[in-house]
Amino acid sequence: MPSNKSVSDAPIFQFTNCRILRSHQLQREDLWVREGKILNPEKLFFDEKGSADIQLDCKDSIIAPGFIDVQINGGFGVDFSLAADDVQSGISLVSQKILSNGVTSFCPTLVTSPPSVYHKVLPQISVRNGGPHGAGILGAHLEGPFISKEKKGAHPEHYLSTFESGAFQDLLATYRHLDCVRIVTLAPEMKRSSEVIQELTRRGICVSLGHSVANLSQAEEAVRHGATFITHLFNAMLPFHHRDPGIVGLLTSDQIPARRRVFYGMISDGIHTNPAALRIAHRAHPKGLVLVTDAIAGMGLAPGRHTLGQQVIEVDGLNTYIAGTKTLSGSVATMDSCVRHFLEATGEPNSTTLCLRALGWSTVPLAVITSPRAKGLYTYPESVGGRSSPQTRLAVGILSKPSWSPRSASRQSHTGCQPGRD
Amino acid sequence: MKLIILENYAQASEWAAKYIRNRIIQFNPGPDKYFTLGLPTGSTPLGCYKKLIEYYKNGDLSFKYVKTFNMDEYVGLPRDHLESYHSFMWNNFFKHIDISPENTHVLDGNAADLQAECDAFEGKIKAAGGIELFVGGIGPDGHIAFNEPGSSLVSRTRVKTLAMDTILANARFFDGDLSKVPTMALTVGVGTVMDAREVMILITGAHKAFALYKAIEEGVNHMWTVSAFQQHPSTVFVCDEDATLELKVKTVKYFKGLMLVHNKLVEPLYSMKETGAERRQSKKPYSD
Repeated sequence: MPSNKSVSDAPIFQFTNCRILRSHQLQREDLWVREGKILNPEKLFFDEKGSADIQLDCKDSIIAPGFIDVQINGGFGVDFSLAADDVQSGISLVSQKILSNGVTSFCPTLVTSPPSVYHKVLPQISVRNGGPHGAGILGAHLEGPFISKEKKGAHPEHYLSTFESGAFQDLLATYRHLDCVRIVTLAPEMKRSSEVIQELTRRGICVSLGHSVANLSQAEEAVRHGATFITHLFNAMLPFHHRDPGIVGLLTSDQIPARRRVFYGMISDGIHTNPAALRIAHRAHPKGLVLVTDAIAGMGLAPGRHTLGQQVIEVDGLNTYIAGTKTLSGSVATMDSCVRHFLEATGEPNSTTLCLRALGWSTVPLAVITSPRAKGLYTYPESVGGRSSPQTRLAVGILSKPSWSPRSASRQSHTGCQPGRD
Repeated sequence: MKLIILENYAQASEWAAKYIRNRIIQFNPGPDKYFTLGLPTGSTPLGCYKKLIEYYKNGDLSFKYVKTFNMDEYVGLPRDHLESYHSFMWNNFFKHIDISPENTHVLDGNAADLQAECDAFEGKIKAAGGIELFVGGIGPDGHIAFNEPGSSLVSRTRVKTLAMDTILANARFFDGDLSKVPTMALTVGVGTVMDAREVMILITGAHKAFALYKAIEEGVNHMWTVSAFQQHPSTVFVCDEDATLELKVKTVKYFKGLMLVHNKLVEPLYSMKETGAERRQSKKPYSD
């Protein structure tokens, strides 16, 4: 007796032969879905006397909650940092395309830009839920311009700025619109940063530390004032030194306020971070790890020249340099390839323990960016099939097993759950 | 009575699973002819369930035309509590096989009128044509289902208060906290199981040895309710070596000598992949 007509006419899908990421563990369980919502199969069985209408063999894939990319500058030819008149359509294109990389929500990221760009672009970004039309938009990530000259990376020095005179007012004058902003990356060693961090935190905006020459005590001070995130760990910060480990030292700092956790973004594209460095960070602080792509407009396109805000970027394979230099800029790696690289870099690809540690991060960004304002937005299949939220909207990605290699694509099914074919 | 003695738990479990498999296939169930199976919970049948699931996954066995009736359920324990027998059956058996939800029957320990629930359960068994094969396990005190020592041997499905021994034994499933262990249960009666056309009791482990001795070597006694099956026309006890520790050497040797005969019940092992004609041609007809 298939789907229970007394409850709903909608067909019930049963994803079989899969492992699902539930409570941070990969479990060999089937996943049941009706009307885009995850069902508790035990309740379905005993209460509704219902069973699946359609069974889909996942061929030993992993079904994981959709990935969240909190640092993505663009992709598929779209550069979020360009002062376009129609930012919306660019964001929509990216949000639709990254679904197939397993990303179900993201933070469009703007690199250091002149104020006019922020004034033009930010009002056009709005927070919205994901769906079959595309990944959800959690809000903008503003990386710069309040960053260090010494660690500017691919950001244009000309537009770097400070908040020495007016503190938060300076920041407000630069960005003007903060309604859609979720994350601000800044260098904590800048004068009056404490005031700025406190005010941003008070407004529910996540402060991330990066592009900085801060020492550990400055970084700890920033965390005490509310900073919770580190932008692309190891990149654009002082290298680890045993007498002053700098921002990297936050991973094992004992000066973090109780019940607070510092998260850190990592670009695991095989270029930006050596696998050994990935392992060091992961082993030191596994629960804080957040994979980010830091993808630029060239992601999803053929090698060649693309923009990143005010700069021109040369893309050659997975290498991205500011044209004519050897300065690494963002990546062109997709999120699913970053996850696969991470799985390979941190252990044996098929070890369950490994997978759960690697994929366990995918719930982490929630903690980074959830604020009272955004509550209810990020409903999440945390308890897949479990008791607490059987009505969770489905936003999951399927990582197929034969495709541990970064080359092959992952499949993504999103809210509404069009099962499709492999 | 048959007493099947296997080397260890795994072999006993497999033997029992093979037996159930053959019985279902030989019954040749279909839309108009369901095989009715009584089922236990607890740690003893786990190995047997695992094997049955394996048979299903390999395509050798289907539960499409099987109706199941469970022996018992706690009173007052939320149905989705991990230790409820609903959860047990779902997690260890039902979710892995192709049985239809409406063909499974587990007593509702949260029913408003518990006795009415028990009576209805008896009614459902009757409506299904009685139980073909009732599989059970026993407690160290010889209880079958929750028919604790002293239960009437002609009892029907009803509410029972658990014996202290059972509550103590179950405490390990409730964080060792006696106050959390349900003290009442709904259970089929000894009479309910006796009505089944065939009964198979699984008994494994040294801690069940005395119960097995009481079950088969001493008289029928309501203090060891499992002993009632001495009067059942078709009972199979499946046990491992450890469970025979309290039996007489003579008893053990006698039944071990019979294994050659009893193994014919599971050899040849039938598969639903074969058609009925193939079964008849290629293998000897089943004989008890």
